[in-house]
Amino acid sequence: MQCECTKQKSDLSLLEPVLAEYAAVPGSLITILQHAQEIYGYLPTDVLYRIAECTGNSPARVLGVATFYTQFRFQPVGKYLIMLCDGTACHVNGSARIAAAVQEYLHVENGGTTEDGLFSFSIVACLGCCSLSPVMMINGDTYGSLTPEQVLEILKDIQAKEAAE
Amino acid sequence: MSIRLAVGQGSCGIAAGAQKVANALRPLLAGSEVQLGTVGCIGMCWLEPIVDLYENDTLKARLVRVQPNHAEAIAEAAKSGDLSGIAELVIQPEDSAFLEQQTRIALRNCGIIDPESLESAKAAGAYSALGKILSTGMTPEDVIEVIKVSGLAGRGGAGFPTWFKWNAARQSAGDEKYLICNADEGDPGAFMDRAVIESDPHTLIEGMLIGAYAIGAKEAIVYVRAEYPLAIRRLENAICDAREAGYIGKNIMETDFSCEFRIKAGAGAFVCGEETALIESLEGQRGMPRLKPPFPAQSGYWNKPSNINNVETFANVAWIISNGGEAFAAMGTEDSKGTKVFALTGKIRRGGLVEIPMGMTLRQVIFEIGGGIRDGGTFKAVQMGGPSGGCIPASLLDTVIDYKKLAATGAIMGSGGMVVMDDSTCMVSMAKFFLDFTAKESCGKCVHCRIGTKRLQEILTRITEGEGQEGDIELMEELCNAVRDGALCGLGQTAPNPVLSTLRYFRDEFEAHIRDKRCPAHTCTALLHVSIDAEKCRGCTACARNCPVYAISGAVKEPHEINADACIHCGRCKAVCKFGAVIVE
Repeated sequence: MQCECTKQKSDLSLLEPVLAEYAAVPGSLITILQHAQEIYGYLPTDVLYRIAECTGNSPARVLGVATFYTQFRFQPVGKYLIMLCDGTACHVNGSARIAAAVQEYLHVENGGTTEDGLFSFSIVACLGCCSLSPVMMINGDTYGSLTPEQVLEILKDIQAKEAAE
Repeated sequence: MSIRLAVGQGSCGIAAGAQKVANALRPLLAGSEVQLGTVGCIGMCWLEPIVDLYENDTLKARLVRVQPNHAEAIAEAAKSGDLSGIAELVIQPEDSAFLEQQTRIALRNCGIIDPESLESAKAAGAYSALGKILSTGMTPEDVIEVIKVSGLAGRGGAGFPTWFKWNAARQSAGDEKYLICNADEGDPGAFMDRAVIESDPHTLIEGMLIGAYAIGAKEAIVYVRAEYPLAIRRLENAICDAREAGYIGKNIMETDFSCEFRIKAGAGAFVCGEETALIESLEGQRGMPRLKPPFPAQSGYWNKPSNINNVETFANVAWIISNGGEAFAAMGTEDSKGTKVFALTGKIRRGGLVEIPMGMTLRQVIFEIGGGIRDGGTFKAVQMGGPSGGCIPASLLDTVIDYKKLAATGAIMGSGGMVVMDDSTCMVSMAKFFLDFTAKESCGKCVHCRIGTKRLQEILTRITEGEGQEGDIELMEELCNAVRDGALCGLGQTAPNPVLSTLRYFRDEFEAHIRDKRCPAHTCTALLHVSIDAEKCRGCTACARNCPVYAISGAVKEPHEINADACIHCGRCKAVCKFGAVIVE
C-alpha cells in the first residue's frame, strides 16, 4: 500500500520564513505549529514532516505535540468555522439546544465540515463570554444570548451573503 | 468643558454590539467638541453594550443596552448637554447598585481607562508603584515583606501565599530566573483574567515587573489562552507602549533593573493551568505535569528557578505597593485577606464581574449584588471552582467567602467562577458535564486520572440515560477517593469534587435517577415521559405537525395522543402548544 502522506503537496515555501525565524529557538515547536496552521488553515502531514526535519524533532514527537492541543486541526476547515461554547454557563443556559439546531440545519456533526465546504462546526470549551451565554463564535465574531431561531438566522445570512458573491 | 463618550469594548461588549455602536457614533461626532473613546469591560455584562458619558472626566451618565439606532439621540445629547432625549437609556438605580456594593482593587481601572492608551493608564496611576520601588530604594526583600504583610494569596485557585513563592524563587541559587503569568484561564465559567487583560493590561504588566524585581528575574512571560484574541492584541500593544516608554527592557526607569517581556499563546489544553504542565507547554512539549518536588521555584522553565502567578494575583500587586500591605490585609477574614473577583453567571439576574472583600456571604453576592435568580426561578445551587470545585446548596448560602470556609463545603474558591443554578438544572447531569470535561482534558500521564475520570464519566452517563444500577453511588464514591488520592496533579486530585459534592447535597436526585428512573429537574431526556392532557388539548394539531418523529396522532379538534415508544422526548410539542396541554414529567 502506498503511504498516504506522500500524496499531499502543500506549498512548503510559505513555511520557510517561519522556520527561519523559529526553528533554531528552543521551545518554539508550538509557536511554529500555530503559524503553520495560520498559513494552511490546518496542519497537513507533509508540513508536519517538514517541521520535524527543520527543528530536529522526530515526526512522532511533532505529531504528539500537535495532537495534544485542541487548537490544532488535521483536516481542512470550512470557510466559516462555527465554535459553539459549552462552558458551564452556556451549558446551564441551553447550549445543547443551539448545537442541535446547528447540526440539524447544516447536517454536520461536531468536528465536521459541510459538504459544500462552507461551514465547519466545533463544540469548544469556555470562550469566556459567560454572561452572554449561550455563545458562539464564527471566524472570530462572537454572538451572544442565542436562541435556536437566531442561530438559524445568522447561518442563513451567511449563506445568502455567500450565494450573492 | 470636555465631553467624552466612552464605549465599553471588552469581548462581551463587542459580542453584544458595542463596536457597531461606536461605528455609528463616530461620524455623528466628527467635527464636534465631543470625544469618542474606548474603554474595557466594567463587568456589568447583562447591560451591554454600555456607553459612558463623561464631563470633565466625571461620569455624568451611564447608558445601557445601547443599540446603533440610539446613536443619533446620544450624539445630540452629548453635544447639547440635554439628556432628556436619552433618559430611557440611563442605567436604573438598582442596576448601578451592582457596582456600588463592590470594592474594586484588581478591577480598579477596568471599564474606566482606555486599554489601548498608556497615557490613560498613567493618569490612573499605572507604573507609580514600580516608580516608588525603584526611586525610594526598596530592596526585593522589602517588596516581599509588603506582600507578606498584605496576606495576598494565589487567585488562580490554590490560594497559596504569594510572598512565600516569591521568597522561594528569590532565594534559589542562579542568575537566570523567570517570572511567568498564568493567563491560561480554562475554567469554564470564569473570565476575570480576560477582563483584566482586555481592560487594563498595564496593571498586569506593572504587577509582573514588581514580581520580577522581587525574585530577580530578567525575563517575564505571559502564557495566555489562544481563545482570547482581543486580550492578546491589547497586551501586545501595551507591552510595546511600555517598552517605548522605558518600563520594559534594559535599565527600567533609568535604574539597574532590567526585564524583558513576551507573550506565549497557549494552544488549548485545560491542564496547562497546572504550573508544571504550563512550563512543559512553554518549552514546546505536550503539556503534561511534572512530579513535584522539585517545585518551579527551584527548577522550573528550562530547569531554572521560576515563579508562576495568576493574572488576578498580579493585578493586586501594584495597589498593595502603593497603599501598603496593611491596607489590603485590613479587608477580608482571619484566613483570607483582601478582595476576590467572581464571575457571576448562569441563571442570575445581574451577571458579570463582582469584586468584593473576602468575608461576604454567598447570599449577599448572589441575591444582593446579583439580584437573585432570573425568570422567576428558585435558587438551587451555586457551582464554584469549576471542574475542580463543587456545588453549594441553598442551605449553605450563608457561608462566608473565605478559602477555608468554602473548602469545608466541598467546593473551593477556585479562580472565581460562580455559576448559579435554578431548579431546572439537574445535578446528576451537572456532575456528568464536569466529568465529561475532565475526562477529555486529562492529559493521560497518570493512570488514576486517565482511567478513573473515564469510568466516572461512563457511570454518570449511564445514570442520566436511565441505565443506573443499585451500587452505582457506592462505586462512584470508591472511585472518587481512589482518583483523588492517586492522581499526580491538581487536575486529577480535584476531578472527583463535582461528583462528591453533588452526592453530598443532592443524593436524592441520584437515587431518583437510579431507582425511580426519574429526573426531578426534567432535563435528562431519556428519563422523561411526555403526554397530552386530554382536557386541555383543543386538537389544534400544532404538536403533531411539529413532531420530528411523527409520534403524535389525533383528529382535528379532538384530543391528541403521543406514542410513547416513538417519542424521543425532544420537547418540541411542549414548546409549540398554546394551551399548556403537553405534560413533561
